[in-house]
Amino acid sequence: MVNRAQPVKSGSGIIAAALVAALIFATLAAVFMRAEHGTGFTRADYSVLRFTLVQATLSAVISVALAVPVARALARRRFFGRGILITVMGAPFILPVIVAVLGLLAVFGRAGWLNQITGFIGLPPVQIYGLHGVVLAHVFFNLPLATRLILQAWQEIPAERFRLAAQLGFGPRAMFRQIEYPLLRRVVPGALAVIFALCLSSFAVALTLGGGPRATTIELAIYQAFRFDFDLARAALLSLTQLGLTILAALMVLQSAGATAFDSGPGRAVRRWDGKNLTAKLFDMACIALAAVFLMLPLAAVILAGLRTLPDVAGLMLWPVLISLSIALISTAILLLLALPMAVATALGRGAGLLETAGLLGLAASPLVIGTGLFILIRPIANPTALALPVTALVNAVMALPFALRILIPRAREVIRRHGRLALSLGMAGGPFIRRILLPRMRPQIGFAAGLSAALSMGDLGVIALFADPDFATLPLQIYRLMGAYRMADAAGAALMLLFLSLTIFWLFDRGGRWHAEA
Amino acid sequence: MKYSVFAAGILSATAIMADTPELTVYTYDSFVSDWGPGPQVEQAFEEICACDLKLVGVEDGAALLARIRLEGAHTDADIMLGIDTNLMSAARETGLFAPHNVTTEFDLPVAWEDPVFLPYDWGYFAFVHNAGEDAPANFRALAASDKTILIEDPRSSTPGLGLLMWVKAAYGDEAPAIWEGLSDNIVTVTKGWSEAYGLFLEGEADMVLSYTTSPAYHLIAESDASKAAAAFDEGHYMQVELAAKLAATDQPELAGQFLEFIVSDAFQSIIPTTNWMYPVRVPKAGLPAGFNGLIQPEKSLLLPADEAAALKNKALDEWLTALSR
Amino acid sequence: MLKLENCLIDNDGFHLSADFSINSGRRVAVIGPSGGGKTTLLEAIAGFLPLLEGRMSWQDKDITNAPPDRRPIAMLFQEDNLFPHLNAWQNIALGLDPNLRLTKPQHETIANALNRVGLTEYQARKPAALSGGQRARVALARALVRDRALLLLDEPFAALGPALRAEMLDLVKALCDETGATVLLVSHDPSDASRIAQDVIFVDAGRAYPPAETGQIFAHPPAALRAYLGADK
Repeated sequence: MVNRAQPVKSGSGIIAAALVAALIFATLAAVFMRAEHGTGFTRADYSVLRFTLVQATLSAVISVALAVPVARALARRRFFGRGILITVMGAPFILPVIVAVLGLLAVFGRAGWLNQITGFIGLPPVQIYGLHGVVLAHVFFNLPLATRLILQAWQEIPAERFRLAAQLGFGPRAMFRQIEYPLLRRVVPGALAVIFALCLSSFAVALTLGGGPRATTIELAIYQAFRFDFDLARAALLSLTQLGLTILAALMVLQSAGATAFDSGPGRAVRRWDGKNLTAKLFDMACIALAAVFLMLPLAAVILAGLRTLPDVAGLMLWPVLISLSIALISTAILLLLALPMAVATALGRGAGLLETAGLLGLAASPLVIGTGLFILIRPIANPTALALPVTALVNAVMALPFALRILIPRAREVIRRHGRLALSLGMAGGPFIRRILLPRMRPQIGFAAGLSAALSMGDLGVIALFADPDFATLPLQIYRLMGAYRMADAAGAALMLLFLSLTIFWLFDRGGRWHAEA
Repeated sequence: MKYSVFAAGILSATAIMADTPELTVYTYDSFVSDWGPGPQVEQAFEEICACDLKLVGVEDGAALLARIRLEGAHTDADIMLGIDTNLMSAARETGLFAPHNVTTEFDLPVAWEDPVFLPYDWGYFAFVHNAGEDAPANFRALAASDKTILIEDPRSSTPGLGLLMWVKAAYGDEAPAIWEGLSDNIVTVTKGWSEAYGLFLEGEADMVLSYTTSPAYHLIAESDASKAAAAFDEGHYMQVELAAKLAATDQPELAGQFLEFIVSDAFQSIIPTTNWMYPVRVPKAGLPAGFNGLIQPEKSLLLPADEAAALKNKALDEWLTALSR
Repeated sequence: MLKLENCLIDNDGFHLSADFSINSGRRVAVIGPSGGGKTTLLEAIAGFLPLLEGRMSWQDKDITNAPPDRRPIAMLFQEDNLFPHLNAWQNIALGLDPNLRLTKPQHETIANALNRVGLTEYQARKPAALSGGQRARVALARALVRDRALLLLDEPFAALGPALRAEMLDLVKALCDETGATVLLVSHDPSDASRIAQDVIFVDAGRAYPPAETGQIFAHPPAALRAYLGADK
């Protein structure tokens, strides 16, 4: 079939997607091949499957549902400290799981601040453990991400739309139906898919906050198959199930995502005329305040816990910090090399759903299975321990890929749509278009994606535990080691350090992307 | 500077250390950490062996055995150090390990005569609580009380599996009833020991499944006498941590020397204040002072390795059934 | 001569047929109702849209499958003629080298073009800091430095006021007289056509009619054009 001429080709994006898919399935196959015996599904697995699906669905839906009003409030209000708030709100997403859980429990736990207040005013204590606890924790992790994704799309609505709406006297209802709903239809499915995939492979959070073996997820069953039974075939089968569910969910929601692009005028700062009345103002303020309190209190707990020991551990952590930083930077470079071509190919529209689904695989695949598979694959060729740094960076990049794609795709679509014809008529197809137009125009999104990826890589334990030797410890690994050696207070100090570093690196990238970037 | 090992790894270790034999020991991660026994053990052994001791940390005991099984007969490991008796049977079945040929007298509460697996430290599982609070005297009393507890998941954690065996060893067929009784005391189940202990220190529960030696850490390292272990009158299950030589080792003599070393005073005196476990042979200087005030269980429970392996799946089913209600 | 022989153009399912030729150096207005296919026609000539049938040639050289930049064409779009992150000078320079590695003579060419459209002192400004008329002039300057035989204008001045628009059209006319370029101009406004065009192509309901002489066609419009122009014309 003949198609409209385009200034870029989708080939390298398709190759990148194929590489990601090959990596995931090769590791899975490696684990399968290495298996000696295997048990298939058991009856108990169905309840595991059910719980996994229920918690992942609830977590995704609630995270996104809450993110919508918060993102809208942030989009249409200007106030002092807004930028910092948006950056800091992203912190839960980049903390090592155990640190975030401890922060969360310091607020919502049995002996947490919330229960101290309810106890003080004579109310019964709030019980956090259970399905609602799992969802609460997942919302805590993912609300910032969902908010940023929606906020970003919100800010891409051209100013003309709001002028038009103001002129036509749109009420909140019309505003929602004519402007906000079409936008949400475009971003919400992708956000849902990413968070769903992320929660699907949750394990430690689900178990701890779920209150016991009722909260068994597929990932825990994989862990059990691998370590308790050394049943590699079963581990691979369960991981394949996880992948299958993600692909299914992704195809379902991405299918419903309208690819409607907005007409856009010249890029002026978005000024809105809606939401001027008191109710809307109060509602927005309440949304921002509640989200900020919900996300910041546990962070405050992490900071308070770490302040005392931070000076003591800082000196010990120099080397792990350097290793973590190198991994983060290499990982970010790999990420961009994969994500940019994939975003472009997706934006061109050919096989977009498949490309995005391939991007989700890294998130849905069990880290334990990927790590083990890579180990099996690398061992005949090289010493896996010597490759700890590149391998960890690669796996971190693949895991950050879905987030990067969500961030990059809409913008890539927009840049190609707006500037494609002109570039083509100027003979800029290929390299010149990418260097001169695409990359500069996508700089804010690239900065955001790079910052997120670097911060994620900093905070993630990843597969380093499978590959590391004693002299090659990342900061998160050192935090776990401190905890394993009873030194919870020192671990809190190191966690605070990690929080600070991750936020700084995120901020630098994010800021760097927006620096002097014309709209 | 030990970090140069990292650089050496890139340059290929063999080229640099061609004349120094290398002994590779796979162990769990907390052993090799800066705060574990690893650094001191490495230094002490390298003083006597004219070799390079390479410690490789793999998450925990279960992951350690899984790693060795993955690598099979071609493993790089000369020694595996860090599984406990609950994994011993599975380890033996792999046929990857060779006899240790070490003869020594162990200061263990139980007799130990295994030709392949050599104990290097041990401890008792126990529920740790804040000193000064009254603690139940056994599982039944705990179940009847309103004390809250944190435990580890047996599917992902060695202490979790130890607790499973503890209840099974103490109560046999009555284990399901005990678990049902405990189910409303359990605040939550965590992936590993660190999570549970961390939650306990945050005040999430009255007690946490740990070791009788845990209070010694707080006493010695933090001069904090606020933690105590509850003595249970049905006895305490033991964790005996084991090392073994790989049959396929290319350094059999050095491996043998290392196994002799781990039951020697040099290794054993490092254990108490780094791994916070009891040494299998009490050092000449005796145990550190903080260990003296610890509870001494009247009865030591330990299922024979084969029995533990046979009971494992049934015990897990019972546990899952009781707690999934 | 630009020749479209039995062309059937595909624009995502919308089809436009065209079969005509335009002599070199002519200024042709493309008029017709909205949605009739004016932009589709220009995009096909420029090489953005594929032909399902037929062939297209310029001076007897087949360009049916030539990529947009290999055609003798410079095009101005309805909007987004400039890259917002590049300044006026850079936007024009792109017309000479997409990699912005310019030779000395090329620098002079740009300076001349800037001078010709009266924007010499605005060359360092980015589009956001230019007025609508100035932006149109930058785009025109770029078309000028491209020095292509065919200039396609897809209502680039629609947003400008009547006086400014007339001024821009006059500028186009003057520039093309100098270069001898052939012009295709899409417009809604018959007066634009009268002002600049020698011929008119009427596009309606998926069909592009062959060019007719401007004075004649407005004097004796065919039925479809009459309906478009309204009863009073």
